[in-house]
Amino acid sequence: MARAATTADAFNAVAEPRRRQILDVLAGGERPVNDLVRLLGIAQPQVSKHLRVLREVGAVDVRVEGRQRLYRLNGQALKPIHDWVKNYERSWSERFERLDVVLEDLKQKEQGDGFDDE
Amino acid sequence: MTSSGKATVTLPAEDQILITREFDAPKHLVYKAWTTPDLVKQWWSGERGEVTLVEIDLRVGGSWRYVMVADGGFEVGFHGEYRELVPDERIVSTEVYEGMPDGEAVNTLTLTETDGRTTLEVLVQHSCKEHRDAHIDSGMEGGMQEAMDRLERVAISLR
Repeated sequence: MARAATTADAFNAVAEPRRRQILDVLAGGERPVNDLVRLLGIAQPQVSKHLRVLREVGAVDVRVEGRQRLYRLNGQALKPIHDWVKNYERSWSERFERLDVVLEDLKQKEQGDGFDDE
Repeated sequence: MTSSGKATVTLPAEDQILITREFDAPKHLVYKAWTTPDLVKQWWSGERGEVTLVEIDLRVGGSWRYVMVADGGFEVGFHGEYRELVPDERIVSTEVYEGMPDGEAVNTLTLTETDGRTTLEVLVQHSCKEHRDAHIDSGMEGGMQEAMDRLERVAISLR
């Protein structure tokens, strides 16, 4: 697979911690870039670079209002991640629920009369 | 039976997946359930099928292999090798999904006990981003078929 695909999908876009921070901020509402610079404490060129990546995958939309460009989260672009995490979580949760049963059994055996190890 | 909550999955870096869960049991029992073939058979497939084979050679350099028959009837196998073992606390092992033998991951299991309860963490470290993406893609199919009704919660769930 070509390395050029690095930022081509939502998974890659949110793999970078700073970009996740930007998404967290935008989850609270629309913001101009200056707000992001201030809240994240990093330089504007860096913020702009991350916003560009997020816009490429559709995770962030922009609109112009007066002299400002306002950025907002587009949750739909992140749905593949949400789906994957939920599905993966469910599969591990099911596995762990069975493990709970095994552990309950082991605990009872251990708390039993002390010489019942099978 | 005590329910200890659901598993939490996060993506800490572009080539990592972290799974966390708390158990209402001391760590030596979690370790035992994790490393004893007859016990692994009882839980490892979750609700997705039956475990048909569990081989565990629990020593550094020893290998493991699990096979499960999924509910759709197809067989899936995983194997790997133990790299580090700290009884009741930590296991570092490799994992290869036999349907995709080029993608080897390194899994680190960590067990931490507080007041008789155990926090379990599994950190899945893929050899590169492409393999993690493949792992993600393979798990994503089911999710993609689901209804779109959770859409509005996406942003909240990522916070």
